[in-house]
Amino acid sequence: MELIKDLPEVFEEFAEQRQKSFLAVKELKEKGVPVVGSYCTYFPKEIAMAMGAGCVSLCSTSDETIPEAEKDLPKNLCPLIKSSYGFAKTDKCPFFYFSDVVVGETTCDGKKKMYEYMSEFKDVFIMELPNSQREPGLQLWKGEIIRFKEYLEQKFGVTITEEQIREAVKTENQARQSLKKLYEVMKHDPAPIKGQDLFKVLYGSTFKFDRSLIPGEVDALTAKIEKEYAEGKMEEKKPRILITGCPIGGATEKVIRAVEDNGGIVVTFENCSGAKSIDKMVDEDAEDIYDAIARRYLNIGCSVMTPNPNRLELLGRLIDEYQVDGVVDMILQACHTYNVETNTIRKFVTGEKGIPYISVETDYSQADIGQLNTRLAAFVEML
Amino acid sequence: MNYVGIDIGSTASKVVVEGDKKEHFVLPTGWSSKETCEKIKNKLLEMGVDVTADDTKVVATGYGRIAVDFADHVITEITCHARGGRELAGGDCSIIDVGGQDTKVIVVQNGMVADFQMNDKCSAGTGKFLEIMANRLGVTINELFDMAAAGEVIPISSLCTVFAESEVINYIGEGKKREDIAAGVVDSVANKVVQLAQKKELGDRVILTGGLSHSIYFTGILSDKLDQKVESEEFGRFAGAYGAALLAREKKDRRR
Repeated sequence: MELIKDLPEVFEEFAEQRQKSFLAVKELKEKGVPVVGSYCTYFPKEIAMAMGAGCVSLCSTSDETIPEAEKDLPKNLCPLIKSSYGFAKTDKCPFFYFSDVVVGETTCDGKKKMYEYMSEFKDVFIMELPNSQREPGLQLWKGEIIRFKEYLEQKFGVTITEEQIREAVKTENQARQSLKKLYEVMKHDPAPIKGQDLFKVLYGSTFKFDRSLIPGEVDALTAKIEKEYAEGKMEEKKPRILITGCPIGGATEKVIRAVEDNGGIVVTFENCSGAKSIDKMVDEDAEDIYDAIARRYLNIGCSVMTPNPNRLELLGRLIDEYQVDGVVDMILQACHTYNVETNTIRKFVTGEKGIPYISVETDYSQADIGQLNTRLAAFVEML
Repeated sequence: MNYVGIDIGSTASKVVVEGDKKEHFVLPTGWSSKETCEKIKNKLLEMGVDVTADDTKVVATGYGRIAVDFADHVITEITCHARGGRELAGGDCSIIDVGGQDTKVIVVQNGMVADFQMNDKCSAGTGKFLEIMANRLGVTINELFDMAAAGEVIPISSLCTVFAESEVINYIGEGKKREDIAAGVVDSVANKVVQLAQKKELGDRVILTGGLSHSIYFTGILSDKLDQKVESEEFGRFAGAYGAALLAREKKDRRR
């Protein structure tokens, strides 16, 4: 596939993917295709894909539904949890509305307790995610993945074969490979595109129902970026920033903008919109495919794990490969696990990697844009 | 050549001129940064410094930095305070700046900002806190400090300005001595500032900048709480503007 459109247009199309998928999900439903909604990178989407279900990330990134959520949930809870619950309760999220089942995981305390309330008005399937990545945890998680498969089989009256699962694994691996190749264009210095534009594609791609279409579209985009780069089209040389921490999307894209409006460029994302959810593949040739899927997901370096060595491993690798000049750790207010972990990350980044680090705490409001700008402009100035 | 540093703070606007002329002055920011900018421009002109002239370079900083439309460069207050503080200290140091709406701690190593920390979305531990409490006690901030020096600390436990104000009102109602309440207010600000400063490796030299920087009483309390000498700076109020003026000189060859 060769792209005829200009890059900015392509980026905008991806940015609009979420809205476009509102119609797509309705069409899926009309065709009788089951829809499985999820919130988290730990959701093993291959199992749902294996039965031909549409998988979709549910709305959780705007503050518009937070006041409604605060009727049931405490005020000083993470905005992502409040927003998710608020969208669900008010039925303002079309993806939620059309989901036959919502899959949640026992990640952080706030989420798992929130799912208890959500179950009162929606089919919610909770997967028990262990707190640590040791062998007993792996066995538990593998069991949960099988239990999820059996749940789907029973709910929808289908049989999910191992062959179908292997096929889904291949499809999703290919999508990951393509997205990975795309974000790797940022290894170039100067960078070929803005971090905001890369983000639009990474984020938009999570709303594509037909995962098998991703490689074609994304590879064409990557080829076009590389071609234009070779012809000399690129960003100015600027301090190269890695963003890590809590998931970014919607309201919190303000952090990416604050970096890029103030002289920096975001070259890579060590978070759930970026490398954290894309970097690792499922072993397609594994004898036990459930074991391979369980390992792949359990190894995600999220701060809910203790200890959490994989976050440092990925972070260190990205800092080196993307020639990062400074690390911005974005923490959502009241996200205890990422907030506590800032100290570990600071020590690792400034000590072991020898580059500056800043953590910024924010929420879904626009009230702190001035403060964010001052902090991040000062951070970029010191690089 | 003249190099002008303009620091538009939330409460006061500070101006420093370096180069052929050496000047400094301070104006209240008032409600309009734009209007303050006009006043600064005119005042500089009276002093013989024309900000629009080719031989004058202007760097703007502070929260109102964007309003200075005649600036050649806009630089954050962190970088400017670090540059000015370093000059005042005569080398690497850490800077504690208690401003009108922000309190910040900046660590300068090898002449550069190595690390910094700012207060959260909260006015406790800032000049605003002192201003509100001084108003409540019917004194100026300087008088508040004089009174505090003569008082015994009575604890103000709330970290929130609004709640702390009602604590102060209670104390007034109970007929507590104003001196003691004032001492409690200053102690509370110092505690919050120290909490922020302790998050950083401060190194050997620590200076205080911002509107309180001349107060030996305040640096004394900070020194006790930090267990490390915090130096007062007579010119500390101008640290940001001074740094901006120095950066105007150093940046003269770079593009905007």
